[in-house]
Amino acid sequence: MDHLPTLIAEAREAIQTAGSISALDELRVHYLGKKGEITALLKGLGALPAAERPAAGERINQAKQALAEELDVRRQALEKAELETRLAAERVDVTLPGRGQVGGGLHPVTKTLERIEGLFTRIGYDVAVGPEIEDDYHNFEALNIPAHHPARGMADTFYFDATRLLRTHTSPVQVRTMKEQAPPIRIVCPGRVYRSDSDLTHTPMFHQVEGLLVDEDVSFADLKGTIEDFLHAFFERDDLSVRFRPSYFPFTEPSAEVDIQCVMCSGDGCRVCGHSGWLEVMGCGMVHPEVFRHSGIDAERYTGFAFGMGAERLAMLRYGVNDLRLFFDNDLRFLRQFA
Amino acid sequence: MKFSEQWLREWVSPQLDVQGLADQITMAGLEVDAIEPAAALFSGVVVGEVVSKEPHPNADKLSLCQVEDGSGEPAQVVCGAPNVAAGQKVPFARVGAVLPGDFKINKAKLRGVESRGMICSASELGMAEETSSGILELPASAPVGEDFRTWIGLDDHCIEVDLTPNRGDCLSIKGLAREVGVLNRLPVEGPRIEPVPAAHDDAFAVRVDDAERCPRYIGRLIKGVDVTAETPLWMVERLRRSGVRSIDAVVDVTNYVMLELGQPLHAFDRANLQGTVIVRLAREGEQLVLLDGQTVALRDDTLVIADERGPLAIAGVMGGEHSGVSAATRDIFLESAFFSPLAVAGQARTYGLHTDASHRFERGVDPRLTGEAVERATRLLVDITGGEPGPLVESCSEAHLPDEREVRLRAARLEQALGKRLPAEEVADILERLGMAATSDSQGWHTRVPSWRFDLAIEEDLVEEVARIHGYNRLPVRRPRARLGLRADHEARVPLSRLRRQMVARGYQEAVTYSFVAPELQAALLPDAVSPRLANPISSDLSVMRASLFPGLVRALEYNLNRQQNRIRLFEAGLIFRGELDALEQTPMLGALACGPREPEGWAGGRERVDFFDLKGDLESLIGLGGEPETWRFEPAEHPALHPGQSARILHRGEAVGWIGALHPGVRAQLGLRSDALLFEVRQDALTHGRIATFRPLSRYPEVRRDLAFLVDESLPVQALLDTLRAQAGEWLAECRLFDVYQGKGVPEGRKSVALGLTWQHPSRTLNDEEINQLVDAIVAESQQHLGAELRG
Repeated sequence: MDHLPTLIAEAREAIQTAGSISALDELRVHYLGKKGEITALLKGLGALPAAERPAAGERINQAKQALAEELDVRRQALEKAELETRLAAERVDVTLPGRGQVGGGLHPVTKTLERIEGLFTRIGYDVAVGPEIEDDYHNFEALNIPAHHPARGMADTFYFDATRLLRTHTSPVQVRTMKEQAPPIRIVCPGRVYRSDSDLTHTPMFHQVEGLLVDEDVSFADLKGTIEDFLHAFFERDDLSVRFRPSYFPFTEPSAEVDIQCVMCSGDGCRVCGHSGWLEVMGCGMVHPEVFRHSGIDAERYTGFAFGMGAERLAMLRYGVNDLRLFFDNDLRFLRQFA
Repeated sequence: MKFSEQWLREWVSPQLDVQGLADQITMAGLEVDAIEPAAALFSGVVVGEVVSKEPHPNADKLSLCQVEDGSGEPAQVVCGAPNVAAGQKVPFARVGAVLPGDFKINKAKLRGVESRGMICSASELGMAEETSSGILELPASAPVGEDFRTWIGLDDHCIEVDLTPNRGDCLSIKGLAREVGVLNRLPVEGPRIEPVPAAHDDAFAVRVDDAERCPRYIGRLIKGVDVTAETPLWMVERLRRSGVRSIDAVVDVTNYVMLELGQPLHAFDRANLQGTVIVRLAREGEQLVLLDGQTVALRDDTLVIADERGPLAIAGVMGGEHSGVSAATRDIFLESAFFSPLAVAGQARTYGLHTDASHRFERGVDPRLTGEAVERATRLLVDITGGEPGPLVESCSEAHLPDEREVRLRAARLEQALGKRLPAEEVADILERLGMAATSDSQGWHTRVPSWRFDLAIEEDLVEEVARIHGYNRLPVRRPRARLGLRADHEARVPLSRLRRQMVARGYQEAVTYSFVAPELQAALLPDAVSPRLANPISSDLSVMRASLFPGLVRALEYNLNRQQNRIRLFEAGLIFRGELDALEQTPMLGALACGPREPEGWAGGRERVDFFDLKGDLESLIGLGGEPETWRFEPAEHPALHPGQSARILHRGEAVGWIGALHPGVRAQLGLRSDALLFEVRQDALTHGRIATFRPLSRYPEVRRDLAFLVDESLPVQALLDTLRAQAGEWLAECRLFDVYQGKGVPEGRKSVALGLTWQHPSRTLNDEEINQLVDAIVAESQQHLGAELRG
């Protein structure tokens, strides 16, 4: 009993110097375990005179409690130190690049087409597509371009035989849609078109988006509004000047070419706009009654407008691409720029 | 059409500068492509007179001239031109003059003799494209001392206007002036054209056999012309500023009148005409040597001008060589005719021709111009070449001349079409100015289309005319109104845009390759493919329609490999074309190509080369979007472009929809590719086909898992094992995972070990060991019996 103070002092010393949680666990067993020294003292209380037992018992219990607390405190300190060591060991260089970076990307023409489709489908147009190998009827006749019409010289056509050809515009899709569907019709027709022309500013294949709206009481004013809204939305510039110039397409009457203020020089004049300050971006007009006649639509009751634009042209202006041919080289160094 | 501003202003001259004029007609639908000065800038050049010419004392090819420049004191000039002669009027650059190219004229000594100034050639003054061999000789009437630029009117512009095919009426100064007059409310006045009285009675007989194609034909014999007479400088200049070269006096006059009035004319050498001039259809196979030297075999739908011996010219397109005017010609037969547009349309093109005449006749030449033009040309020819005109010989079938079209324009329709009511007075005024002789009633206007406007036939044409003259940009802007109806949306469908984005997420760049490919490349990859071939390809490299996306992708691969790219992932969406034209299929496909390391070069590995299963995984990620991977199969099959041991036909719902595999090493060698590659292509309709999810309740009962490893023949497709297993595993099989395929130590030669983890779960109770054991026993027995598979211990 008399060596209790010494025992406690020894135990404290041992606890403070214990270097690991397992050493601490051993100390707990050594002092407080079933066969531990403190436990032995409690067991030895019976040998004391009855009058001394309560006081002695209390002293031993106090010591036991104090040691237990010290063990816990020390344990927490050791656990904390251990965690810190582990954290330090697990440090990584967070500036290293992440794993599995594989950036792919859409072709800029697809991006442009999807953007145009999106602008129109969000206000109620549908997307319509059609075959690329077309016949003379859908590509020309039904669009009021009979054989030998001077306008056939406007598009250099790739032929397979006397009547089958690669479509020179996506307008045949309009014809097909009008034959199948009654007004109101609101469609955009994106797709590949072909013309036998190849130089700095022409590729034998390119992409067009055509739009068609047929309903009762559609006017030239509606066409102007639609085109202006579209160009403002596409270039994200509400102050972009747009002008309509009389032109000629056999399948529309009246017809117009649409110019925008040059997006490169803001209309001051530069190489891109040929120093005119204007860029021709699309053609449009009111659907010609002859086209309605071919499609079986009553031209007295319904009117409509159509418009068409080259996707590469718009992509070039939008992204600042200066060479049309890059779109079809499929050079990864080019394609990656649009990811 | 290129024209001179000054020439136009002789007819009508609005108060606008050249840019203002160009803007105005551009906005009226006559798009100006270019404005160029008629000559480069120069100064200090006057009209001079060569007073005397003597040989240069020290040089054979030079001469010594005294040139009077109006100062009263002739200047001594050394001149090298062979054609310089005393008495000539010439453009003379005084000392101090600055010629085009900032070339200053200074006092100089040439071979020891002083020279004060320079006698100029046309090219030295920027007035001719090619280098001139001699000095420019001016007419005797040129006033000595006058500023040359002013005298010849060089402060002019050449305006190039890109006319749309409907505006044939503007292919002349007269037509352009008419348009400018309309736009500016100005009167238009051209030169006075009066009948030239006949100086003799000789007429050459004309017979028109096809009055429908040639409703009017006028001919006139002009005798005793001097073809070698010099074309006056003013005419040469106007032709030049219109982009036409001076040839000889007769050709120049016919070209001049065509540019001025819009009527193509043709002159024949009388000496080579026999009997009667006949306008008729050609006989199939008749031969004609054209002015350009080529011999054509005519078709029987081609209108020709012939004489009793045979064809002389293709009507409205090009004359023949034999009957053409030459320096020796004395008498000419001048033709001015109206050929109907339909008679000429397409003819030139079918013979590979395109001429100023065919360009105009195809678009329509004013039928009332025929006589006016012949008188104008006669006057000029007589004045310049000194011939004697005979009487006009005319064949005209009034019934075949174009109808005078009457077109109604309803006020209500006009308002509806434009979205605005224009004042009636303005509409009437516009129609009147356009020459439409409009009368109005309470409903609108009745108009008569002028003879020169072949493009106006229906009400909409008039709507455009009114809108055009009023100004498109003054018309209102409004947004279309439509009913807000929802449209069908197919949730099961996987849109192409979704497939594209999945490929992008898997690291692929989208390619767009031409739909036509080189036949050799296609044959190397798909020797049996049949696809349409272009009749008029732009080059043989782009002459056959692709029967697969592979050729384009392989071509793009090659392009990038040649540019030091070693890790390539490309995909493309587009049509392929298979079969003969009459049984053609145009099928939307999605294809992809991969080569190089699995991942881009980096610190974290991924340097292994991409293999079949990488590409298959990418494809399966697309298939996964549809939610029905169980409807897809890959079956071993051979494809000529693919490695026979690493290629599969792709099946969707039992239908073959595509191919996947490694590029065949033999094909690779044949194409000389620097890398191997993996490819797939699949029909888009299979990939876009998906399902709408159907909920199954979640089970609260435990799963039971058993791992089974089988030894099978190494040639056995794992798919067979999986199929057997699924067939035997009962309806509560929740999942089957293939977690190991192994060959090597511990596995007999020719066999492979396939390890599978099977998980069962029942929706409403706990499965017991006994029933699972029964299922496993059935699987093992069936696999053993049908596939020779043995369970590994």
